[in-house]
Amino acid sequence: MISLAGLRARARTFRQGIHPPEHKAPTAGLPIERAPFVDEYVLPLGQHIGAPSVAVVQPGDDVRRGDKLADPGGFVSVALHAPVAGRVTAIELRLHPSGRMVPSIVLRRDPWSSQQLAGEPTDPGTLDRDEALRLIQHGGLVGLGGAAFPSHVKLAVPEGKVVDEVVINGCECEPYLTCDHRVMVEEPAAVVRGTEILRLLLGGKRSWIGVELNKPDAIETLKTVAPSTVEVVGVEVKYPQGAEKMLLVALFGKEVPAGGLPLDLGILTNNVGTTAAIADLFDRGLPLVERVVTVTGAGVEYPRNLRVPIGTPVRTILEHCGLRPEADRVILGGPMMGAPQKSLDVPVLKGTSGLLCLPGAPEPTEFPCIRCARCVRACPMFLNPARLARLVRAERPDEAAEHHLMSCFECGSCSYVCPSGIPLVQWMRVGKQTLRAEAARAKAKAAAEAADAP
Amino acid sequence: MSDLVLSHGPFVKDAATTPNIMRDVLIAALLVLGAATFHFGLTALAVTGAATVGAVGTEWWFTRKRPGGATTSDWSAALTGVLLGLTLPPALPLWMAFLGGVAAIGLGKLIFGGLGQNPFNPALVGRAFLQAAFPTAITTWTPPVDGSTWSTIPSSVFAAPLMHGEVDIMTSATPLGLAKFQGEGTELSNLFFGTTGGSLGETNALLLILLGLWLASRRAFDWRLPISTLVTVAVLSGALHLVLPDAVQPPSFMLLSGGLLLAAVFMVTDPVSTPTTAKGAWIFGIGVGALVVLIRAWGGLPEGVMYAILLMNAATPHIERYTQPRPFGGD
Repeated sequence: MISLAGLRARARTFRQGIHPPEHKAPTAGLPIERAPFVDEYVLPLGQHIGAPSVAVVQPGDDVRRGDKLADPGGFVSVALHAPVAGRVTAIELRLHPSGRMVPSIVLRRDPWSSQQLAGEPTDPGTLDRDEALRLIQHGGLVGLGGAAFPSHVKLAVPEGKVVDEVVINGCECEPYLTCDHRVMVEEPAAVVRGTEILRLLLGGKRSWIGVELNKPDAIETLKTVAPSTVEVVGVEVKYPQGAEKMLLVALFGKEVPAGGLPLDLGILTNNVGTTAAIADLFDRGLPLVERVVTVTGAGVEYPRNLRVPIGTPVRTILEHCGLRPEADRVILGGPMMGAPQKSLDVPVLKGTSGLLCLPGAPEPTEFPCIRCARCVRACPMFLNPARLARLVRAERPDEAAEHHLMSCFECGSCSYVCPSGIPLVQWMRVGKQTLRAEAARAKAKAAAEAADAP
Repeated sequence: MSDLVLSHGPFVKDAATTPNIMRDVLIAALLVLGAATFHFGLTALAVTGAATVGAVGTEWWFTRKRPGGATTSDWSAALTGVLLGLTLPPALPLWMAFLGGVAAIGLGKLIFGGLGQNPFNPALVGRAFLQAAFPTAITTWTPPVDGSTWSTIPSSVFAAPLMHGEVDIMTSATPLGLAKFQGEGTELSNLFFGTTGGSLGETNALLLILLGLWLASRRAFDWRLPISTLVTVAVLSGALHLVLPDAVQPPSFMLLSGGLLLAAVFMVTDPVSTPTTAKGAWIFGIGVGALVVLIRAWGGLPEGVMYAILLMNAATPHIERYTQPRPFGGD
């Protein structure tokens, strides 16, 4: 135990943060299984950050598995592919996990078609950077960690910036989730290969894969396949270690400047699942049509790690995993940053890392802030969440902005520790939305005035 | 399955709740009250009870029509009442203790908007009110009781409001008073085990230290606050005692006498009226410790803990302003 304590004391990490219960044991050791095919798939055209995709199919069209359904709708946008072979039955408004109705391609599976997924490999060495980015964009790749930010945009390094280090994020600090863990254990070659592709593409010198120390099997497996240019590093088990800013502090002791990107430090970060998908795209020619999802929580009888075709209705997956009658909350993603759902009739998206089902929703109770400062000690961005929430509540978002509200990345650590049950992270979100709306209005007004000027 | 509840994240939660924190501190305060009853007899229960009735009654009266009901259910008013009682002398008339409870909650807390809004420690506001209104009664000390006098409550306790009745009680002095005005010392063992005169809850140093450790282990408060206070008193009094042995008592006596330990565990640690930043907590504690030594050595009163804390409460917003942490990725 002494050596373990010594190890923990030396483990790389960031300052502050929290230690929520991990809840990973039910699924951490379960191999990835394939989710059963279902009859109908729903593919929202907007399931990534940026402009929605533009459909290139019509209702009635027959498609093979992996065929392109939609083209990118702009630079910050990606293509969308058929998760199964079948027929397009409609392009219509369907419920999206965000709670909005959005245009979606509805695909009915053809039970007699082969669901074989085939593609042509591409040697990344034969492409120049723009061609490679175009391949990634048209392969439909977005960040699979949850944010669903188009990968090619992240990789489009602007003029004057240099990438020295490529950092692959295998922390998976969200409680309950084990999908990245299983990918690292079962597909270490793809993770390492994707890492090398990214580094060669960007001209980086070294690569790092950061993994929380609660996944020793993943660390060991990756180390056995990693070449000398890829360093696998264990980091302390602490939330939100998997936030890219926190991981970079753990690895390099450097802080990303406020309002800046890891690129400002010459670093590119990417999630492990996305990295494995990049290897599949180049080496096997496979677009992003499925992803690994952890289905877990006390609300399901059989927790699992499933490889799920994008667009599979949440309801069918939960029924497959034995949804319990007492489950009363379903969350897409992890318990800290995931999105609660009002309906099960929403599809799994490219950014859906987990389906968390929980019974026994507590009655929300809120007490006054007693200034205990637990949130101040927890915030990884060194903000004062209680004060920011008070300013937003008092409709003084400008003052909150002076106290760095926009640095908040909504990890929820403040809400986790608050003994008074104040929804601090929700107030942060309200404040950030207000400020963004104000900025957009000011910009529109300035543009209108400029247009009016002679 | 049942209907989905659309609640907000995070969907895992730390176990600590504000009522539970209040309850832990209240349990600790009630243990101190138990010791006070052992040392000073039934009068301890009567005086503290009157202060608590005044505090809780005031909280209930002014918040009873709030949506969601009176805020007495969060235990904070009861805690204020008990803490106020523990700072009072054993023979204080009950009506004064009751009035102190009313002032603590009314003037110390509700007037600012209730729990979490008060700039000053409410219990100490109540005591400061009594100190200003009844300077004689609040400095009239009775000695600890023994087996035969344990159940005898001093006649002054039942004095009618605003009457100057003939009061015949046996008085004594506190260790700090003896040291300041008579130049007499007190055995450290007496300070340690609570066999001296003084306010109800302040005399048993051993118990207060143990309760402080328990509350710290329950994360009921920021450990920086009491530690910085006590270390400052020890270091400053130690240094001054070397230079001015007549004016300044040695650190051992400074730490164990008067209300310092009671305040270090229960009042310096009040999160509402102290800084939230780590650096601010150090500054607050150092300020309290320094003021305690200065007031005890050169002030008109033998004890200075109450004013030291109230003064630093007043400085808290400024301390916070100048100790904000550097934002992540900023200069």
